[in-house]
Amino acid sequence: MTEREQAFLEYVQSGGQVEVGDWMPDDYRAKLVKFIEMHGNSELMGVLPEREWILRAPTLQRKLALTAKVQDEVGHSQLIYRVVEDLGKPREQCLDDLISGKAKFHNVFHYPTRTWGDVGVIAWLVDAAAIISQKALLKCSYAPYARIMKKICWEESFHILHGRDVVLTLMNGTDEQRELVQEALTRWWGPLMQFHGNPIPKDDDPMYVWRIKSQGNEEARQQFLDGYVPQIWELGLTVPDPKLHENDDGVWEYTEPDWDELLSVVTGHGPKSQDRLDLRRRAREHSAWVRSIVLQQAA
Amino acid sequence: MIYEVFRQERKGQPFQHAGSVEAPDHAFADVYAREQYGRRGESTALWVVPREAIVEVEEFVDELNRNYHRVDGYSLKAKLKEARERVGSALVARDR
Repeated sequence: MTEREQAFLEYVQSGGQVEVGDWMPDDYRAKLVKFIEMHGNSELMGVLPEREWILRAPTLQRKLALTAKVQDEVGHSQLIYRVVEDLGKPREQCLDDLISGKAKFHNVFHYPTRTWGDVGVIAWLVDAAAIISQKALLKCSYAPYARIMKKICWEESFHILHGRDVVLTLMNGTDEQRELVQEALTRWWGPLMQFHGNPIPKDDDPMYVWRIKSQGNEEARQQFLDGYVPQIWELGLTVPDPKLHENDDGVWEYTEPDWDELLSVVTGHGPKSQDRLDLRRRAREHSAWVRSIVLQQAA
Repeated sequence: MIYEVFRQERKGQPFQHAGSVEAPDHAFADVYAREQYGRRGESTALWVVPREAIVEVEEFVDELNRNYHRVDGYSLKAKLKEARERVGSALVARDR
């Protein structure tokens, strides 16, 4: 590492932030692009599991709320790709890499949404897990990313509200409805526990070293368990992990998540990975004429 | 074209940088900025500015060391202490 790079590293580690045109080490830029691009991909792919339920939503109010959530998430991906673009990778290239399978997106978006129970559990707990990661990005050393995160976190909090409302409504309903939620929770628990990644010490995590993230993976998972397991339990739901409990010192213990499954899923081998990428590919082809007209008219 | 978006949360507050949008022209930039930063009533106004219209100033060199423009140009503390000591000893002398 050169002297200038070392000085930069110390600057970000002491809480310093960087703007669009500022000098930055190549490695920092590459890590930023990788991290932020995956976030953008996840927002864009994350709407697909929920999209499948727009036409099947139980009431008009739910249909509108779900449509608004999908619109929010696509908006987030636009903002995030904009940040990546300023770092040197055009949005078109991000989309190419996404649909070719070269770029990754979050594990939770590779699974099917079988019932309306899944929709509630996704909006409540997947968004809760995501907001924990995203809140830790409000302090990101790359300031343009940190700034858009304010808006993103604010909108995610609506999604959690929506999800919790869906779950509570089902839980106060019939036995059959309660069963839907329990089955969905059982299906999603594994992927949720994998969501924050393997528990590597934060000082070995390059994303933390550069202060792109401000917390370690295990810290995020503990925060999730601490905040949400009591809320799950109070509804009379069972978390499908007999080992799960909180120690006297406040640390949650749990069964080791399946890291092989995580790796296999994020590399495109999840149950819905290819279907969803196919859909994204077709959507891009079908909307090509809109882009060309807009760009022609503006020119 | 890239447009920077600044938003004002309430009347009278400063406009703060929120993010940027890419748009082929002003009309699209207007629509995108509204969608991203005004959809939920979170802003009272937006400034949507082509990035190239922004003049950025970053270096503030003070070659003449004009410290009379700055707080550190005025060392009141030591002088005040001296003044208080002077008055204090004068009072002691008078009371005698």
